[in-house]
Amino acid sequence: MIHVENLVKTFGEVKAVDGVSFDVAKGEIFAFLGPNGAGKTTTIQMLTTLQRPTSGAMRLDGLDPVTNQLEARRTFGIVFQDPSLDSELTAYENMELHGVLYHVPRRVRTERIELLLKLFELWERKNSYVKTFSGGMKRRLEIARGLLHTPKILFLDEPTLGLDPQSRNQLWTHVKHLNETEGVTVFLTTHYMDEAERVSHRIAIIDHGKIVSVGTAQELKERTGEDSLEAAFLKLTGSTIRDERADAADQMRQMVRMWRR
Amino acid sequence: MAAIYILWLREVKRYLRSRPQIIASLAQPLLYLLVLGFGLGPVFQSSGQGSYIQFIGPGVIAMGILFTSIFSGIGLLWDRQFGFLKETLVAPVPRLQIMAGRTLGGATIAMIQGTLVLIVCMIAGFRPQSLAAIPMALMFMALTAIVFAALGTAIGSTLKDMQGFQLIMNFMVMPIFFLSGALFPLSNLPTALTIATRLDPMAYGVDGLRAAFIGLSQIGVATDVIVLTVVATLFLVMGARAFARIQI
Repeated sequence: MIHVENLVKTFGEVKAVDGVSFDVAKGEIFAFLGPNGAGKTTTIQMLTTLQRPTSGAMRLDGLDPVTNQLEARRTFGIVFQDPSLDSELTAYENMELHGVLYHVPRRVRTERIELLLKLFELWERKNSYVKTFSGGMKRRLEIARGLLHTPKILFLDEPTLGLDPQSRNQLWTHVKHLNETEGVTVFLTTHYMDEAERVSHRIAIIDHGKIVSVGTAQELKERTGEDSLEAAFLKLTGSTIRDERADAADQMRQMVRMWRR
Repeated sequence: MAAIYILWLREVKRYLRSRPQIIASLAQPLLYLLVLGFGLGPVFQSSGQGSYIQFIGPGVIAMGILFTSIFSGIGLLWDRQFGFLKETLVAPVPRLQIMAGRTLGGATIAMIQGTLVLIVCMIAGFRPQSLAAIPMALMFMALTAIVFAALGTAIGSTLKDMQGFQLIMNFMVMPIFFLSGALFPLSNLPTALTIATRLDPMAYGVDGLRAAFIGLSQIGVATDVIVLTVVATLFLVMGARAFARIQI
């Protein structure tokens, strides 16, 4: 379902993604684990047509996201790592807009919006502006929105960042359910090892833009001779702390945050 | 079509919900109208040009449209910073439709803003020659709004952060406004200035509006319509191309 071969992305001197290759089968849940700045998000951005790769080949359900952007976009849904809601619209309007953009028929749309907003306990606040929401509520709304249509491939880029255990549990239960009943292929990234181990069929560990190991959680543990995934992860990636590249958008967001105070 | 509509609706909703901003953006045209209108009025009158309020009324209406439409396009930059742009860019909708929805939304709010400025102008003493002028005026308002909403989208798609914004404001938006003939008649000017004003698309919008409202045209209504239509098409194509190439 997802095929990536020798994918490279360079920003100036920096090689964010450096020759990554992997395959994800139909109906598989595949996790990408790696320290900050390892290239997880850049890989997702290239797969989802938001960035063009420097070199390498990619296929989503046989479609090339570089040359066949529109068809490729029809195959997936995504929950982004950073905010992507319109804060001047209400929660319901954000859902509605997404449903229209993804061609969800009106009747299904109305039903699913209600279902998902109730599932993530936002139904009571459906007519509030998103700018009045707390960080956790915004996150829940993003996830509810990402699940509104049923794509062939679902990208989840650190979806549980900033979520409470209840919402995390709801999310993974729902994702597993979608995967089992509708055969949705899931590509996720996370920093929580327990989540990766709980939901994913296979895990790839990525560091400095390269995949260092791929396999089931069990295989990774056996390969490194450790008894937890966390220990295996640290053994494979080392224990130094990484910094991410900050771009103009990040600087801007910081500035906006300053003004808001 | 549904995608164009929902993105158009988003722009309009956002505009109608930002009341303080609507009032703030009425202040500038109003300042020009009142201060220049009454301040330069006597000089203008004594040089045999008639009422200055009547003259700059269409100019400040075009100004309201210029600023609102170009800034709505640059609003793309905010959507990029706050992340909402990504949501529309990965949607299974041709980017042309997304760009069209946004740009039409921007043009619509610029039309509303232009109408508000017109009402304020009329309160201040501006009088259109007749009600029959309204349809033609609306057409020129729409053309001007589309031209600059599309230009705004093209700029917003190219800029990466707000640093470039001041540059655009001082080297593009303000010259477009001052060279448009909104504030002074485009006749008997030095050759260089005449050429500059003829290269300014807003000059044709202002001229068309003046023709509609007070029956005064220095360029000719047919030329105004043709130039504005051609420039609108050009900017829409440029905007669509720039928008299609956006990478996050």
